[in-house]
Amino acid sequence: MVSKQELQVQQKRQVEDKEEATIPVRQFLPNTDIYETETALTVVLEMPGVEKTNVEVAVEGGVLKVYGRIDFSKYEGLQPIYTEYNIGHYARSFRLSSKIDQTKIEAQMNDGVLSLVLPKVEEAKPRAISVT
Amino acid sequence: MSMMYSDPFAALLGLQRALEARQASDWLREATTGTGSFPPINVFQQGEGGFVAIIELPGVSKSDLNIQAKENTIRIAGKKSIQYEEGASVHRRERVSGEFDRTLTVPVEIDPDGIKAQYRDGVLALFIPIAEKAKPRSIEIS
Repeated sequence: MVSKQELQVQQKRQVEDKEEATIPVRQFLPNTDIYETETALTVVLEMPGVEKTNVEVAVEGGVLKVYGRIDFSKYEGLQPIYTEYNIGHYARSFRLSSKIDQTKIEAQMNDGVLSLVLPKVEEAKPRAISVT
Repeated sequence: MSMMYSDPFAALLGLQRALEARQASDWLREATTGTGSFPPINVFQQGEGGFVAIIELPGVSKSDLNIQAKENTIRIAGKKSIQYEEGASVHRRERVSGEFDRTLTVPVEIDPDGIKAQYRDGVLALFIPIAEKAKPRSIEIS
């Protein structure tokens, strides 16, 4: 029998803030994949329920900050009777290891997944070093 | 659950607390499928007429979703695939890919032909109407 990879439930992890909000509202860490190619760093974040207009992306002082707001007004008039997960806004930040050209960041949102392509600046690209 | 839109943070907190309070709900206790399988499901009552099941499936494309309904069971199956660019070196891998197949048995009579499914922004919403004959009726005394 061919063994198929079955998906397991991933518990949502809560954001641990340095500063606490005055109202103990919960925010979650989006599951993230980060990979690097020669020219760019790609960051892929899962934020189900976030519309593309409700995403904020910023690079400040070498830190990438992503914030995604969910539209919970859709839950108006719905009475929860059985639940397995909680909902909330998403927030996550990463210290970037290579220099990024901020003006050329590309963002795409598909099926609740945000893909960010952060192109590296010329000097940060790898060079082949020849041994003399 | 009343929502106060004057203070959206308080409204969200109220919703989060309501969701948490129902986490130990025994609504599905007689179902064969236990909790904890993928994908996680939230079920809401929508007025008198039916239920809404809300399922988070980020990164699953609509064409990879297969939903079947029969009597009072609903089967949600599909696959989630993740592609990496060729030649990429991975720094962090938290997203998971694979196949899933979950059956939800609702403890009330529903109208399987009336179920509507909507998939947007990685969230699947199933609108499940209660069968006409299962709805409460007021009985007149003659």
